Amino acid sequence: MDRSRDNALLSVNRLSVHFHTDRGLVRALDHADLRVSRGEVVGLIGESGSGKSTLARSVLRILPFSAQIAEGDITLSGENLLAMKESDLNARVRGRGITLIPQDPFTSLNPVFTIGTQMEDIVKWKGSAGIGEGAAGAKVIEILERVQIPSPKDQIGKYPHQLSGGQRQRILIAMALLPGPDLVIADEPTTALDVTVEAQILQLMKSLVVGKGISVLFITHDLGVASQICHRIVVMYAGQDMEEAPVDVLFSHPRHPYTKELLESLPNPEGTIRDIPGEVPNLTQPPPGCRFHPRCSRANALCAQALPEKKSVAEGHWVRCLYPLEA
Amino acid sequence: MMGLRLTWRKFSRDKLAFTGSLIILSLIFTAALAGVLAPHPEDVYSIHPGERLQPPSAKHLFGTDSMGRDIFSRLLFGARITLIIAIIAVGASMLIGVPLGLLAGYYENWLSEAIMRVADVFLSIPQIILAIFLAQSLGPSIHSVILALSVTYWPWFTRIVFAETRALKKTSFIEATEALGAGRLRTILLHVLPNVSSPIIVRSSIGMGFTILTAAALGFLGAGAQPPTPEWGVTIAESRQFLPDAWWYATFPGLAIFLVVMGFNMLGDGLRDILDPRIRRGLD
Repeated sequence: MDRSRDNALLSVNRLSVHFHTDRGLVRALDHADLRVSRGEVVGLIGESGSGKSTLARSVLRILPFSAQIAEGDITLSGENLLAMKESDLNARVRGRGITLIPQDPFTSLNPVFTIGTQMEDIVKWKGSAGIGEGAAGAKVIEILERVQIPSPKDQIGKYPHQLSGGQRQRILIAMALLPGPDLVIADEPTTALDVTVEAQILQLMKSLVVGKGISVLFITHDLGVASQICHRIVVMYAGQDMEEAPVDVLFSHPRHPYTKELLESLPNPEGTIRDIPGEVPNLTQPPPGCRFHPRCSRANALCAQALPEKKSVAEGHWVRCLYPLEA
Repeated sequence: MMGLRLTWRKFSRDKLAFTGSLIILSLIFTAALAGVLAPHPEDVYSIHPGERLQPPSAKHLFGTDSMGRDIFSRLLFGARITLIIAIIAVGASMLIGVPLGLLAGYYENWLSEAIMRVADVFLSIPQIILAIFLAQSLGPSIHSVILALSVTYWPWFTRIVFAETRALKKTSFIEATEALGAGRLRTILLHVLPNVSSPIIVRSSIGMGFTILTAAALGFLGAGAQPPTPEWGVTIAESRQFLPDAWWYATFPGLAIFLVVMGFNMLGDGLRDILDPRIRRGLD
């Protein structure tokens, strides 16, 4: 990866995160890198437990109390987020520079307040100082129109449970856009939704961020979803970043054995179902070196010795593998 | 919080809560206007040996006690004491218990463990025994009763707020709030507390009944209010040696305690049904 690129908005370098649990130390992230440029939509792809949500939470530093950032650094516009004081983080980063679209629209809104109250609260709290009651209300209506909520004036008095999942997800998107962020982290924003609603939400997100100078870190386990909205995709497995490529290249010429297996396990028109042999490793005792090696057909003893370095194979395309596939 | 009108509609339809609140409203009314309502307000403390132990009559609605005092008047003034004890004790328990429960539920560290284990210790001893011990060692009086009840009732609030807060932490709106840059205080006060207010309200109502019962028991056992205070438990204690002949002596204060405790319990149960979000959603 070209490290000299200076328009990087978010940059995560060699990040390792551990969880202290009753079962022992869970090594959820192992020296993972990530780079998001201005206006770019980057997909973070992986199975459950691959560390993609942990990575996103590390950026906002909203990890559970049991988590510990063991190594690495995270910078936003050149500023070190890991060294920043909690109060500065609250004042300048969380809900300002970076916002989050949470995964589950059904539990991500406060059930005891109307959506109008919750949104106006964000405007008054996060928006420019001294914004009046009327102006805040107008801003909320405007953003609800932008996320295509029908007749917003009738909706703002409603409680979250009175709205459908799709509508709630639209509201969560609106809330994430309200403070005018540089980076939006979307954590599986369509996973809980029906397929038809999923398509609408994706379309909406695309229209709201692409070309608007807003960067998006799009977390999903669904390659199909990622291909529709992302410019670039980072593939993660068991806490390690495996491969990164522009979206069309990743689909046409995957170089990491894991990526290839992942693509082949997608449902296809022939109806053949394939899975990857073996199991996702237990992260209290992860395999040494490349964590995919026990399931990899190309692996040998070298793979277990150390984490492979990233190998650049083309412009904007690297792979963390000693024996990458031929293009 | 939630649709106020909807809450009221459900409240007025809920017979349990409605009856309970009627009983409690009359208690409050009685306590406030005891001086006006009592036929013999001077009888609270002044004794009339010539009229002792008279059965209920037009002059003495609930009869007279061993000192010739009008039991009805004393009951009305007793309502005042009962209500004050219950309000202060439950209020203090809430002030101690709710913040501790919020802290213990929100944080997951040694502090939460310490708080919850202390609460467990208090809960493991029957409240009445702990309260007797405390009230006795402080010297029996209404003040000691209030203190003893507050010190022994707070763990109930801590337990319930702790459990609700832990459950709430798993829902992602708390995480979403933190991702927006809410500090811990803001998260706890503006987002957790409103969501745990229903169980707190329900617990307070049930706690009022419970506290009144315990206060009366303390009075009865001589560890609480002392004669000649017109406290209901004390009155029942005084009546013991005149039973069963002077049946009215113990019956009416007993009924008063029964009614009030039942009223608070009915209100508490009713409120639980009304405020429970799952039931609420079901009715929408």
